[in-house]
Amino acid sequence: MIRIEPREAPSRRLTIGVPVASAALALLLAAIPLSFAGANIGEAYQEMAKGIFGSMFAFTEMLTRATPLIFTGLAATLAFRAKLWNIGAEGQLYLGAMAAVAVGTGWIDGPPMLLIPIILIAGALAGALGMAGPAYLKTRFGADEVVTTLLLNFIILIFIQMMLEGPLKDPMGMGWPQSSPVVDNALLPQILPRMRLHYGLVIALVAAVIAHIMLSKSVWGLKLRAVGENAAAALHAGIGVKRTLMSAALISGALAGLAGVSEVAGLRGYLTTDLSPGYGYTGIVVAMLAGLSPLGVVVAALFIASVFVGADTMSRAMGVSSYLADLVVSMSLICVLVGGFIARFTVKMTPSNKNSPTTDTGAA
Amino acid sequence: MINDTVLSLNKLSKRFGTVVANESVTIDLKRGEILSLLGENGAGKTTLMNMLFGHYMPDSGSIQVANTQGQLAPLTLGHPQAALDAGIGMVHQHFTLAENLSAIDNILLGSENLFAWRRSMDAAREKINDIMQRTGLSAPLDTMVGKLSVGERQRVEILKALYRDARILVLDEPTAVLTPQEADTLFANIHIMAKDGLSVIFISHKLREVLAFSHRIAVLRHGKKVGEIATKDADEKIISRLMVGADTPVTPRDPLAIGAPVLQLIDICVAGSSARSSLDKINLTVSANEIVGIAGISGNGQSTLAQVISGLTSPTSGRLEIASQPIHKYTPTSLLKAGVGRIPEDRHHDGIIGAMSVAENLAIERLDSSDIQKNGFLRHQELKANAQKLSQKYDIRGPGIEAETRLLSGGNIQKLILARVFEASPKLILANQPTRGLDMGAASDVGKRLLQARERGAGVLLISEDLDELLALSDRIIIMHDGELHVAPSHDRAQIGLIMAGEVS
Amino acid sequence: MEILEILLSENFWAAALRIATPLIFGVLGALICEKSGVLNLGIEGIFAAGAMAGWMAVWLGAGLWTGLLCAALTGAFFGLIHAILTVPLGLSQHVSGLGITMFATSVSYFTYRTALPQVSSPPRIEPFQPLDIPILSDIPFLGPVLFQQTAMTWLALVLVALVWWVYNRTPLGQALRAVGDNPNAVDAQGLSVYGLRMGAIVAGSACMALGGAFLTMSAFDAFFFGMVNGRGWICIALVIFASWRPGKALLGALLFGAFDAFQVRLQTEVGAFVPSQVFLMAPYILSIFALVIVARRAEYPRALLTPWFKGQR
Repeated sequence: MIRIEPREAPSRRLTIGVPVASAALALLLAAIPLSFAGANIGEAYQEMAKGIFGSMFAFTEMLTRATPLIFTGLAATLAFRAKLWNIGAEGQLYLGAMAAVAVGTGWIDGPPMLLIPIILIAGALAGALGMAGPAYLKTRFGADEVVTTLLLNFIILIFIQMMLEGPLKDPMGMGWPQSSPVVDNALLPQILPRMRLHYGLVIALVAAVIAHIMLSKSVWGLKLRAVGENAAAALHAGIGVKRTLMSAALISGALAGLAGVSEVAGLRGYLTTDLSPGYGYTGIVVAMLAGLSPLGVVVAALFIASVFVGADTMSRAMGVSSYLADLVVSMSLICVLVGGFIARFTVKMTPSNKNSPTTDTGAA
Repeated sequence: MINDTVLSLNKLSKRFGTVVANESVTIDLKRGEILSLLGENGAGKTTLMNMLFGHYMPDSGSIQVANTQGQLAPLTLGHPQAALDAGIGMVHQHFTLAENLSAIDNILLGSENLFAWRRSMDAAREKINDIMQRTGLSAPLDTMVGKLSVGERQRVEILKALYRDARILVLDEPTAVLTPQEADTLFANIHIMAKDGLSVIFISHKLREVLAFSHRIAVLRHGKKVGEIATKDADEKIISRLMVGADTPVTPRDPLAIGAPVLQLIDICVAGSSARSSLDKINLTVSANEIVGIAGISGNGQSTLAQVISGLTSPTSGRLEIASQPIHKYTPTSLLKAGVGRIPEDRHHDGIIGAMSVAENLAIERLDSSDIQKNGFLRHQELKANAQKLSQKYDIRGPGIEAETRLLSGGNIQKLILARVFEASPKLILANQPTRGLDMGAASDVGKRLLQARERGAGVLLISEDLDELLALSDRIIIMHDGELHVAPSHDRAQIGLIMAGEVS
Repeated sequence: MEILEILLSENFWAAALRIATPLIFGVLGALICEKSGVLNLGIEGIFAAGAMAGWMAVWLGAGLWTGLLCAALTGAFFGLIHAILTVPLGLSQHVSGLGITMFATSVSYFTYRTALPQVSSPPRIEPFQPLDIPILSDIPFLGPVLFQQTAMTWLALVLVALVWWVYNRTPLGQALRAVGDNPNAVDAQGLSVYGLRMGAIVAGSACMALGGAFLTMSAFDAFFFGMVNGRGWICIALVIFASWRPGKALLGALLFGAFDAFQVRLQTEVGAFVPSQVFLMAPYILSIFALVIVARRAEYPRALLTPWFKGQR
């Protein structure tokens, strides 16, 4: 008879093994759509690997792609740990980018030492504000934050469109709906010459470390985890649940906002409506793959970025639709979910019953 | 036909992980017999009946049930439908009713052809009315269950079983939610049905009840059947010894001179979830060195009272004072700081955060103390040391202080909560159903600690459904009914029972 | 007054009903899932999958109704995955739903792009035509509004009635309502909680997919990336607004459709002064507003978001 029992405590091996196995499985499952597209599977995987490791440029491209994912992954991690379903990172990212552009395209002047922190703070504040609304609606009216953050994404995107055709429009942009370029002093410097990799990555890594320390070693982090695990007991114990949720929401939004700043001031240099190919949503997959751990987010972001960059290269080389990357990413989310189940439960076989000839078991 | 065996449980065993819930239990039931399954909390009574009804699959053993011709036939295990088909009905401790459906819809649930295009309820209604007449149980059939009282819901549960032609009826702790008088009425009805041929098993942990209402008593302890005795041959001492394995020492309560008031509720009005549970201008005083017991059926305002004192609800009017200091802001933090220690009713829901460690749960009510944190950062060493100290002092057993709290047994979780409460040296202790779900050893431990706290100068407000517990521990008893408080004139059960039912002289 | 003119015109209400149709399917689908206790956030992706599958079936030569069947089966397929993850495995309904949205969307986009290489204008099919019923279409006002809709709108209205009937007049409906309130009640009466919930999710998802199919087979005649544009999420908000009742669901969808049709017409009136984006934002803002109004008093199905496991009490 098969019997499923909850494990006492998931082993370390499993906690790390499950996400890794899920990621690997999703990559392997990519063979199915690849064959549907008629591509040579071996060659496809080779091209993907080339796209990540084939050259220094490829590798730094992957890191560049990972940078916003670390931010949005952290945003999702902190929120989800508090059971606050922030699905609005995409919108908060754009708000952060917009703030960076509003402040950093010539409105103020100064040395990089001054301008860069200013645009970072502006972007973080804008992102935080983007989450403040849904958080307020949740704590005050009990309005489900999943729906409000999701719908707000659409509203923000349209708003950005409006801004880019209006006040933020680049007067010298030949009519395209794009913002003025960020001034040189506000740009995040490149890390390596001739590569697109920029200091946004460093800021992201620092953010991940800070998030890890705050979550596991600070009183605030303990309160956040308590509220996420059992809000009723946290309330009973005297933890200010609404206050904790609000602070988690603001910080989550701020991190997503930083993703926007990083893309605009580190990579692109100006704002358009296609700044993000869904980094906000992908950040959720990053967070889940990371098991909602800030340091794990870095690793997961690298993986997801590899999938996208590899698939891009493969797509160009072999004509397979680059939507393959989205497929692999979504499959890895489902795999890690199922994997989480396997980690929490064990399957045991028990010897069948010899003493009761009348045990007519219909089901386990 | 009479005295034929209708049910035979043979060597049933069930294990959950490493915990043995039942071990090789064998019990027979005869037609028209009322068998009581006695045992303390955690003895395995409910698990056994859940196996009978198909909620759990036994690890080993078998069950035989008499069919309509009276012959024993094997029962398919693990499926409630099989139990229902075999004529077994169960009234669960936590009612299995859909609150968004009417009473009659609940009764008919699962008995109609699931894929029929229409429902024809006339025949069913007739049958139910007939049953209600025969047995004396009645309930408003077309009212939404969510609007029914607890007693009415229980009757719907029984009607549900009888509608399905149950020949064997299992009742799990049926009187937990009834006044003593309602309990009497229920058992009177059961006796009528038993004379009619219905065989009954009822689960209880109350000695008096099983002695008064059953034909035979089967006692479970630690998952095994340790004795079976005809009720006429039994008395409290015999079955109590079987239940616990030894004579239970009773902790004596020495009279103490009471001190200054630690809790004063003056004309407090609080809106509850229903009219019955709302508090209307109540006045209550608890002094140092005394235990005040609140008796009453759940739902009469006890939760509301507990919430106000815990800081989870604000009163609409009135004053609350802790040690003569008035409370202005009703939050858990302010009540904690004022010196209130709270033992919540639902320890898993409100008392502990299951996924966090024992150490973290021990510290959770005082996260701003300078010994466990500095500048907002936790001092892990001190946290651990504190937890070690408390674990030893309060005998908290489990997989260690870093382990997740949900892995601890109910009794140890309660010890954790007690440790947290008592270490803060509170002036007032609110103990809300503190021994619910605990075995006798753990329960008597809780009682002992409450008495110790009383001796050391705390005042205790003890809310409990267990009248025996209240009688043993309280200096004064107050009965709660319909959101109002009535002082019990004496420690007399019958009198208290009447007041619990609302019959105030 | 111009506003009154708009509100009294037949074209306006016809447009309102047309805009409401995919939402009716979506809200019904979400209602069926949530009433049994499971949140299905896969709706946005299932809309896309239904849109793509239905369209592609027709493009490959199938009849329109066969195409609808393909769309429904596609929705049922993704719904089944969500059902397995959330019911017997009891995993997070939020994460599973979002995963299904991502998965269904990416499968649809990948399949479409692989089957049809990039062309300047997307290929088109012959969509459902307005159903011109001879005598009825001549009724003043009601005629043009109701009887020039396509068969899919009628299907949506029939579904509303069907869902109402099932939940209020059949034993299955009783069981589905009970399982969303207290699964133990259902289990104790010998019914299968897993079966009821999984069945509801699959059926609800099939319904959602029809909403997507409407976009490519009735409203428009081609498949565009991003055409769902948040309609799924709007349905999730609307189902709360509708208190999980089919009649109110229809009303909510219609109100929404009316609002959307109104802002389109308003745009032509005041488009010079107000940027078009304000009107584009309106539907989403309205949805949030509708949600906030009802949120406090919303009577969620009691067992919503709580997994139930056999053998654990």
